[in-house]
Amino acid sequence: MSVRAVAVDAYREAAPALVASVVGGLFAGAVLGGMRGQLRAVDGLLVLVPALLATRGNVYGAFGARLATGLHQGVVEPRVDTGDRRLRAAVAAAMSNGLLASGFAAVVAYAVLTALGEPVAGLGTLVAIALVAGLLSGLALTGAVVAVVFAGYRRGHNPDTIVGPLVTTTGDVFGLAFLVLAVRVVVGGV
Amino acid sequence: MRREWTVAAITRATLPVLLALTVVEVGSGLVLGSFEATLLRYPSLLVLVPVTIGTAGNLGSILASRLSTAFHLGTLSFDPADDELSGNVVATVTLAVTLFPVVGAGAWLLAVVTGGAALAPETVVAVAALSGASLAVLAVVVTLAATYAAYRFELDPDDVVIPVVTNACDVLGVLVLFGAVELLV
Repeated sequence: MSVRAVAVDAYREAAPALVASVVGGLFAGAVLGGMRGQLRAVDGLLVLVPALLATRGNVYGAFGARLATGLHQGVVEPRVDTGDRRLRAAVAAAMSNGLLASGFAAVVAYAVLTALGEPVAGLGTLVAIALVAGLLSGLALTGAVVAVVFAGYRRGHNPDTIVGPLVTTTGDVFGLAFLVLAVRVVVGGV
Repeated sequence: MRREWTVAAITRATLPVLLALTVVEVGSGLVLGSFEATLLRYPSLLVLVPVTIGTAGNLGSILASRLSTAFHLGTLSFDPADDELSGNVVATVTLAVTLFPVVGAGAWLLAVVTGGAALAPETVVAVAALSGASLAVLAVVVTLAATYAAYRFELDPDDVVIPVVTNACDVLGVLVLFGAVELLV
């Protein structure tokens, strides 16, 4: 194939997924734009945003990929069964790793901002916000990933190609929406 | 390959990398924090933050997974004259150049709808377009370097390249946005 043919082919294949993730990203941006009150109220919250969003992508992207591989290998059945030991372990690992990474991000952000002499909210406040946001968005993303991957698989779609765009489009929106909620829960009505 | 499906095994396999990536992401958060006052003054720039970060990572990971597939099929060579390689690079840059001005317009519009945009629409479009074009070039460089390194060290690009590229592009996304805002706003 010529360079032009390869480029046209690659462009056509990537454009729909990229446009979908751009639309999701703009919605996430609207949520972030609307949380200026929270960002002003909690010093250091903006510093946490990239880490919290990346954690959603890294943890639930990996969870989805694991689920997809499990379906391909036939070790996981494509239906929700709370007695399924493997499914339960994968969900528990994703949730606990997500929470650990969220809390860790808050501690690191607090430590660095304090060391730099920058204004920062209390350690307890930041950690509590990160954990509440991590728990809520973890529950929502686990539900979304399991539901969409299983439903897609049963309808004959390749779960591998569903997981990436799903997590990138919903992860940021859920992540930021629950971050707003977490600030309200921890700090009070801002 | 059979994997263990226990909480301990999954955690051992993922947590160390996850925590390392978290530290890197807090680094990009610090860059974001350094121009927080500007972002809070101009909501349309705040709207641009997640979409710029996310799209940069996606551009890189799409290129990475296409190169990885070509690599597994044995049709890829690291030669600038290679059609597969240069075609994918051209597509990545074209995607960014065509998509980001629309992203800028969308961000401005959303800021107007959700509480007022303090910047002129052409400024927001220019910030998005400049960020997008620079990010595409950086995403290409990072992806090629990571894929080449995986190839040289005989690692499976699927395991290594995508997480590296996505997180590196997240950080670069914030840096580039910061640069574009400094230059144009």
